[in-house]
Amino acid sequence: MSLDKFTYDNRYPKFFAMATIFWGAVGMLLGVIAAFQLAFPVLNFSDYFPHIAFGRLRPVHTNAVIFAFVGNGIFTAVYYALPRLLKTPMYSKALSRIHFWGWQLIIVLAAVTLLFGFTTGKEYAELEWPIDILITLIWVVFGINMFGTILTRRERHLYVAIWFFIGSWVTVAMLHIVNSFEYPVSFMKSYSWYAGVQDALVQWWYGHNAVAFFLTTPYLGLMYYFLPKVAERPIYSYRLSIVHFWSLIFLYIWAGPHHLLYTALPDWAQSLGTAFSIMLILPSWGGMLNGLFTLRGAWDKVRENPVLKFFVVAVTCYGMATFEGPLLSLKNVNAISHYSDWTVAHVHIGALGWNGFLTFGMLYYLIPKLWNTKLYSTKLASTHFWIGTLGIILYALPMYWSAFRAYFMMKAFTPEGMLQYEFIDVVKTTLPFYIMRAVGGTIFLVGVFVMIYNLIKTAKAGSFVASEDAEAAPLAKEYVAPANSIWHSFLERKPLLLLVLSLVVVGIGGMVELIPTFLVKENIPAISSVKPYTPLELQGRDIYIREGCYNCHSQMIRPFRYEVARYGEYSKAGEFVYDHPFQWGSKRTGPDLARIGGKYGNAWHFNHMMEPSAVVQGSIMPTYPSLYDNIIDKGSTNSKIHAMRKMGVPYPVNYEAIANADLDKQASAIATGLKTDNKIDVKSDKEIIALIAYLQRIGKDIKLEPKTAIQ
Amino acid sequence: MKFSTYLENITGISVYPLISLILFVAFFILVTIWMYSLSKKEIEHIEHLPLDN
Repeated sequence: MSLDKFTYDNRYPKFFAMATIFWGAVGMLLGVIAAFQLAFPVLNFSDYFPHIAFGRLRPVHTNAVIFAFVGNGIFTAVYYALPRLLKTPMYSKALSRIHFWGWQLIIVLAAVTLLFGFTTGKEYAELEWPIDILITLIWVVFGINMFGTILTRRERHLYVAIWFFIGSWVTVAMLHIVNSFEYPVSFMKSYSWYAGVQDALVQWWYGHNAVAFFLTTPYLGLMYYFLPKVAERPIYSYRLSIVHFWSLIFLYIWAGPHHLLYTALPDWAQSLGTAFSIMLILPSWGGMLNGLFTLRGAWDKVRENPVLKFFVVAVTCYGMATFEGPLLSLKNVNAISHYSDWTVAHVHIGALGWNGFLTFGMLYYLIPKLWNTKLYSTKLASTHFWIGTLGIILYALPMYWSAFRAYFMMKAFTPEGMLQYEFIDVVKTTLPFYIMRAVGGTIFLVGVFVMIYNLIKTAKAGSFVASEDAEAAPLAKEYVAPANSIWHSFLERKPLLLLVLSLVVVGIGGMVELIPTFLVKENIPAISSVKPYTPLELQGRDIYIREGCYNCHSQMIRPFRYEVARYGEYSKAGEFVYDHPFQWGSKRTGPDLARIGGKYGNAWHFNHMMEPSAVVQGSIMPTYPSLYDNIIDKGSTNSKIHAMRKMGVPYPVNYEAIANADLDKQASAIATGLKTDNKIDVKSDKEIIALIAYLQRIGKDIKLEPKTAIQ
Repeated sequence: MKFSTYLENITGISVYPLISLILFVAFFILVTIWMYSLSKKEIEHIEHLPLDN
């Protein structure tokens, strides 16, 4: 049989690799800045740039690391590995180009819009609707390019890495579309279609699976390709990798509710999340062991090859994080970890160790290969390895320590039955840990710059190989299965069937988990005294979302004595039915705000937002001077009320017409009150007035009706 | 229009979870059988794919 001649295009792996290096450095730098902001609030520079206050910077950091650093890392691996595994060039050069530049455009748009306060207020899905649509389009382009390549392949069998790429692609598409259902209010402003508990469930179904199918499964594909390649031996057990793939994608999709333990989410959904999270240990560790055992009898290579060093620590971190994850989803452990720095440590073991080190290892392997040369300095790469490892440890340990310290302080009662510590006492003792963490992050970042230097030197020493010649026999039309194979690896040869089946597998989990909360009325008992927000409060809520308050403040009191004593009555599902989007938060750097309404006077909030540390000595909250200058955007009231009513919030018909009159009335009442009671002179059209109105409303409705909830 | 209205209009939706469970279990059993049925020769070929280039 004659062999086909073709070439592998190395330009796109190169482009994506450069992008992952660049955005990695940017994303991690932003993380370091945000970490120092928590330790030294003056670094928020709120007086000059409201755009880089922690609440806006942190989403840029998380989005940059997840979608820009890891995203481009995934694409580097796909554009390099896929053609080689399938013995064919990528399907379309034009689609490759659109994919690359489209994705970089999304990243830039994301960074700019988030800094300017355009956000949906849902973690890791903060981008507004026009960008969501753009993401969908580019993702489809990537999909067509990937499947085009698979369908024109010269190798009949799909290697397991490709399964992981396919499974990731289809699931991310589903998650992104379902979670991004939103009602556009204007260009760059929308409300989540779901409200309260339902929004929370969809969001964490998405949030957890973004970790699973963006940070984990595609990187497992990367591991299954590059680890055997660098170790120069096949994967330990290919059979294990099959079980690993199917059980992982099936179990992962159910685990989301473990982010909502002890919240107002129905109990059955919480238990479901816990059960599946515990089961997840099995496939995760199967994968980890499969990776590590590949090196059996080859550990001498690890001593000499920095690429393998990075891989070994990456896979170990994967094992650690996937053991810790199920642990954190146990209710008694979650009671300690939720809202605390433990979660932050956990994700950074994954992000810095698993994603970071796997990417670095891949780059140290790939760059010399693409430039047809040797790595400039193996020693420097080893130095990077040790700096990076030290960085991870110095990042994580202080966070673990501070989480437990905070927990014990939060739940301490005096013999008289009073809370022993104020929230601010906890914040003050946490501060040294924040500083250590920031130092740990800085050390990790220094390692990245060492790598960049090393890789630039490497590239300069070689010359870039834009395309590599290859040849392979074309695919035979009729497949003759080996005599002793019963199932003929049927699935493996049917990529589209594989796609559909992965979708079915992940779709099942999603449906069973989500649909009942939408349908079964008992899941969210109605509370008749809970009413829609007034127009002013709604505007205030949008300011709360814009400034990213949810990054540090939760709005969800769990049913623990120490939480009820500190914050007030625990939260009920029925309280959030008009919250598009929900704002429960996931981290308490500041206190919970679910019962903040009426706790302090208007003047307290007025002074607090101006200079938090003047009101609460030792506060690390940024100042918000711009709220005292900015005018409430009354032009948007009409469409906001309209959108809310369209989604089922019971505003009276045609209320839009008089909404702004109500807004003015409530605003001037607050402004007049501040003047007469507190001698504070402020115009009623300033944003601070709307924010005060919102804060004073949170969690108050339920108090109006002491009767039992209507079932 | 509330979002859940769309879902409520699906007839017989309550049986979906049951179908899904059966589907999953059946599927998983199939995958396991299939995994064990793979011939050694095929596996050897597949697992060497990343090493070929």
